[in-house]
Amino acid sequence: MYLVSPPILLLLVALVGGSWSAWRARAQGAAPAVRQRAQLLALLGAVSAAAGALVLLAPLNFCPFELDGDGNANRLNVMLGVFILLGGAFLAHRVVSSLVGRWLRGEALPGATETRTGLFSGPGSTLLALLCLAPTLTILTLFLYYPMFDTFQLSTQLARLGAPRTRFVCMRNFNQLLGDPDYGRTVLISFFLAAFIVMFSLAFSLLIAQMAYRPITGGRFYRALLVWPYALSPVIAGIIFELLFHNTAGVLNHVLDSTFGFKVPWLLDPTIAPWTVVVASTWNILGFCILFYIAGLQNVPNDLLEAAAIDGASAIQRFFRITFPLLSPITFFLVVTTTTYAFFDTYGLIDFLTAGGPVESTTTMMYEVFEVGVVARNLGSAAARSLLLFGIVIGVTILQFRFSRGRVMYGS
Amino acid sequence: MEEKLGLPYAAAPVTPRRRRLPKRWYAHVILITAIIITGFPVYYAVVVATQSNTQVFNYQLTPSTYLERNWDLVIHERQLPRYMLNSVIVALVMTTGKAVLSLLAGMAFVFFRIPGKWLIFGFVLITLMMPTEVMAIALFRLVGVELQWGGYDAMIVPFIASATGSFLFRQHFASIPGELSEAAQIDGANPLQFLWYVLIPISWNAIAALFVIQFLYAWNQYLWPLMVIHETTLKPVQLGLRSLRSGTETGDSFGPLMLGAVLASIPPLVVFLALQKQFMSGFALTRDK
Repeated sequence: MYLVSPPILLLLVALVGGSWSAWRARAQGAAPAVRQRAQLLALLGAVSAAAGALVLLAPLNFCPFELDGDGNANRLNVMLGVFILLGGAFLAHRVVSSLVGRWLRGEALPGATETRTGLFSGPGSTLLALLCLAPTLTILTLFLYYPMFDTFQLSTQLARLGAPRTRFVCMRNFNQLLGDPDYGRTVLISFFLAAFIVMFSLAFSLLIAQMAYRPITGGRFYRALLVWPYALSPVIAGIIFELLFHNTAGVLNHVLDSTFGFKVPWLLDPTIAPWTVVVASTWNILGFCILFYIAGLQNVPNDLLEAAAIDGASAIQRFFRITFPLLSPITFFLVVTTTTYAFFDTYGLIDFLTAGGPVESTTTMMYEVFEVGVVARNLGSAAARSLLLFGIVIGVTILQFRFSRGRVMYGS
Repeated sequence: MEEKLGLPYAAAPVTPRRRRLPKRWYAHVILITAIIITGFPVYYAVVVATQSNTQVFNYQLTPSTYLERNWDLVIHERQLPRYMLNSVIVALVMTTGKAVLSLLAGMAFVFFRIPGKWLIFGFVLITLMMPTEVMAIALFRLVGVELQWGGYDAMIVPFIASATGSFLFRQHFASIPGELSEAAQIDGANPLQFLWYVLIPISWNAIAALFVIQFLYAWNQYLWPLMVIHETTLKPVQLGLRSLRSGTETGDSFGPLMLGAVLASIPPLVVFLALQKQFMSGFALTRDK
């Protein structure tokens, strides 16, 4: 029993997509070529939106709109369904309208014109080019696109590792996650760790780079000694920091104990352990950030800083008004890289340092995917968790594009 | 770089030098503190590698005499060389494979006319947004369960194509003037000869950049081998270190573990420090402008 039957749903989406297109075509500032074809555009918008929604919902049999469970599950289902519906419609609409828009405005389609000279064009050259691409495309299809597809598929199934049969359960894996306070805490911990790792590593590395980038006595020596911890793997960082922060054997607690007479349960207290992970991760990634900040600072044009100094700007003003804005592309690149590090690469570090504990206080989303999927053998739920993690990756990527096109300065 | 020396002072020459402290003494203080803080953990790990557990619990900050015994345990009894060898093989084969496939793909993207090239390029490029970790569960089901791979094949084959590498070489080749490939064609070179005799010799920097980035990636991989490798003799070193965690009969665990960690860090450190410039230029090349 559907809440809204699939054809009516698609019609509704088509209506929204079509009217959005029509509105955009008639809006102020649209090119005349676009205005004249508003009806055609509305039709294309309607069709593309409906097609996008269909592509995502057909594999699910429109199940999120099927009413069978209790009221709570249904409400979540419908919410997820609407999200998928609008997401698919939006993406397809976006792609089609951007292509059609280019065509109507007489711009070249991406890649349609070849500006290079000296292309190989003998007999069979296209075949050879495709042969050159074939290994890469094959591996990417088999080991990246297929698993991606399979992750989507698994997330709607009740699947256990080693069990030959699976059962379609629609959105149940997601429903269970969204109503689960433990999962909420895992998400919160992941974001907490990421936020502080990014903040600390960027702040400290910028401070250190600011000191080290100028020719200073022994500058080369300093720079060499500052960047290398990045080459150590997160696993090694975990091993070394366990030695330092160990409750009884750790040298840090020894120092604290002998000078102040107390010990800190760095790895044993659920409120302190996440901070220990932040410290270890920051240590691990700091060299990477320093490396890039030093390079960035060396590219800040000196005459700008000198002019500001002559105009009476203090060192702090020069830093915040000139240096930091000019560094924004590097800062942005580092935010993305350290966020990725915090969400994914900390796995090895956490596994050795705290193993996700105590009382799961350092269990990140990535850590839980492994725990649920491989240790507890619940593939369906692990796939659903992976997809929510994927959502974060997409979010970071979109942010990356937004920022790198807009406010970010490209100095060099 | 030297001309940039002492900028704020050049700009404000009126300030007389009153202090006897060296110029920018605070910078030295901050840098030395930073080096001590970043260096101490590793220094201490090296020291502990030479100690017995009793000494570790006594917080001795200087090297001791247990190195030989720890070495014996790590090298002979717990087979660290075997794990290191596995890592070396996996890292070298994976990086070489990635370099070859990416060079071929990069050449195809730049020097050929292919119908729907931008679509194919988009197909490759979009995988940059799909980290392996996100689909590790499904990849594990495919590789570990259905294909039944559990050795070098499982660690290498799924990762032998590289979107980063294809993109890097495409960017690099795009900066090469078209006259070069025209000249090669006039001289009668076929595309593969062009790749071998012209492109590769002028691309060593880009190749080194890909090598160092991918070598670090391959060497430091942990989660994926943890999922697929169950045969002890096939484990890479990051996984092998786990076997050093369990203590010996005498209860020594920290010394051997630290020794293993230090030894396992040497190859990536050497590669990283030797190719630091290329490491950075690789990121510069792949960053879209």
